[in-house]
Amino acid sequence: MNGAIDLAIEGIGLHAAGLGDWQSGREVLAGARDPVTTAPLRPAPALLSANERRRAPESVLLALAVAEQACAMAQRDPRELPNVFASAYGDLAINDYLCAVLARAPLELSPTKFHNSVHNAPAGYWTIATGCMATSSALSAGAASFGAGLLEAALLASCESTPVLFAAFDIAASGPLTDVVACSAPFGVAFVLNPGASSNAPRLRLHPGAAVAPGLASPPVAMHASFAANPAAASLPLLAALARRERTTLTLAAGPQIHLQLEIHS
Amino acid sequence: MRKSGLVQNSFTTQALACWIGRVAGLEEAALPAELASWDSRNHRLAWLALNQDGFREQAATLRERYGADRIALVLGTSTSSIGETEHAYRELDADGHFPESQRRSQVHQPHSLSAFVQTALALHGPCLTLATACSSSAKVFASAERLLRAGLADAAIVGGVDTLCDSVLFGFNALELVSPEPCMPFDIDRRGLSIGEAAGFAILERPAQNGKVEKDAMRLIGYGESSDAHHMSSPHPQGLGAQRALTDALARAGIATNDVDYVNLHGTASRQNDAVESALIARLFPATTLASSTKGWSGHTLGAAGILEAVITLLALEQGLVPGTLNTRTLDTDCAQQIVLDNRARELRIALSNSFGFGGNNCCLAFARGAVA
Repeated sequence: MNGAIDLAIEGIGLHAAGLGDWQSGREVLAGARDPVTTAPLRPAPALLSANERRRAPESVLLALAVAEQACAMAQRDPRELPNVFASAYGDLAINDYLCAVLARAPLELSPTKFHNSVHNAPAGYWTIATGCMATSSALSAGAASFGAGLLEAALLASCESTPVLFAAFDIAASGPLTDVVACSAPFGVAFVLNPGASSNAPRLRLHPGAAVAPGLASPPVAMHASFAANPAAASLPLLAALARRERTTLTLAAGPQIHLQLEIHS
Repeated sequence: MRKSGLVQNSFTTQALACWIGRVAGLEEAALPAELASWDSRNHRLAWLALNQDGFREQAATLRERYGADRIALVLGTSTSSIGETEHAYRELDADGHFPESQRRSQVHQPHSLSAFVQTALALHGPCLTLATACSSSAKVFASAERLLRAGLADAAIVGGVDTLCDSVLFGFNALELVSPEPCMPFDIDRRGLSIGEAAGFAILERPAQNGKVEKDAMRLIGYGESSDAHHMSSPHPQGLGAQRALTDALARAGIATNDVDYVNLHGTASRQNDAVESALIARLFPATTLASSTKGWSGHTLGAAGILEAVITLLALEQGLVPGTLNTRTLDTDCAQQIVLDNRARELRIALSNSFGFGGNNCCLAFARGAVA
């Protein structure tokens, strides 16, 4: 494929056990502090009221928490940002509930749980909570959801010449779904990507390309092994490079046969 | 002679009095042996559609012309093959585990659809599943256009597939959005939607570099995407999100509302959608623009509605036929005068297709036959 895409990373959001948010996570990834042991189990986005937080699905909390961090760091008004939300599995807890109720007593299905089960529930809650009327997308690309989502967001930013919010996240599987979904720990990450000039922000050059020799992007630090099966944790090498302010090149899968070369200028 | 595809529901595992757009014979339409591990109702319907109209042969020709890694695949779905996950939950073993036959990870996730089609067509290019509820397979056109514009692919296969499953039938029932009779879009007595299933695919390529447009060539000339920022399952009461998508599509196409000959409406037959969408058409379009909802034929095919209605819109342009609004007897009193009930023969140059989804996710596509100017 041709055509590199050049973007400033203006904001970063993170939520993961051992890392906490991006403030603490960048220090852990840079080796400047020990893993966080007090990370809250349940993300708590300030955008939602306490009542809304109690009712919201976990995937929505996770996505909104990282998205609001990234926007705050970028000092961007979320209302102005087209957004792309990537998740391999959607809300696994709601899917488990849905399939269990349908097997037992389908007429008892909760209407709220049903409309929260759509893959774009986090995108929907985000646009409602922020008042954003720009384009909003929700996608999945299996194990390559982070890379494919990053490519989609980067293309949207460069084709439309606008900063874009990109979030990638998955929660842990529960119930019988654990037989077919290995994802066992939540991980959420978000970026505000600007195709234009942006002072002081690290820059990312993205070269889409065909398959390269596998195994180039190994995890940067001995991270929590439970992340291994979370597709959003494919962002860790990029996050580590950004945390260490490195100038480096990484390879990221965007599909079974498609890879992205990520040139990072921190 | 017009005939709806809606039939009385006999699909759900428990009785539910409603009408459904059910594709006949899927239960017997097994996948070929080499694809058998992907078996699900959704993939059976996808396979059926790929084998119609010479589509698989056209995809093979594209692959030879450009190379497998130069063809993007962007498909939309709302529930993908969750019907198969529902099956697994009904067949859990004594310890609450999936039976051996259902331990097929690739089937129990949203990306299943695109992964299946990518395998079936032997494609190696960028591959995405968009899942924004009922706008999913309209937005695939926008994503594919960007992939083509940026030079990341030479052709894109877009489309969408959604099939009947308990999740959507009992889910929409729980939301009290399902009609007990065949859906009647924009009717004064409309009582909600009928759920259907569909699969559709299309091939997008960049226009010729010399700017020449072949006479009668079918073209995507614009698209608009927006959010309502209002509610998870109700449209914005003034249709501001839908209007934004529509305005964006017109602007990209470089056209005005009076250039539009036909609009294929979202028209689900829910009280709210139809009121808001009808007001939008009345507010923005001249009397010369015709509009209709085709969901009386197919039901609301959810994540496949975007591609199904894009294809209907292209057929309308090709054949000079505005499909009417089937099942509807009496238009709501405040309905837009542009909405037609009967089919009409009319020369069409430019047509739009509206798709609006849960989460307030909107997409409007603009198509043209031949050169616009």
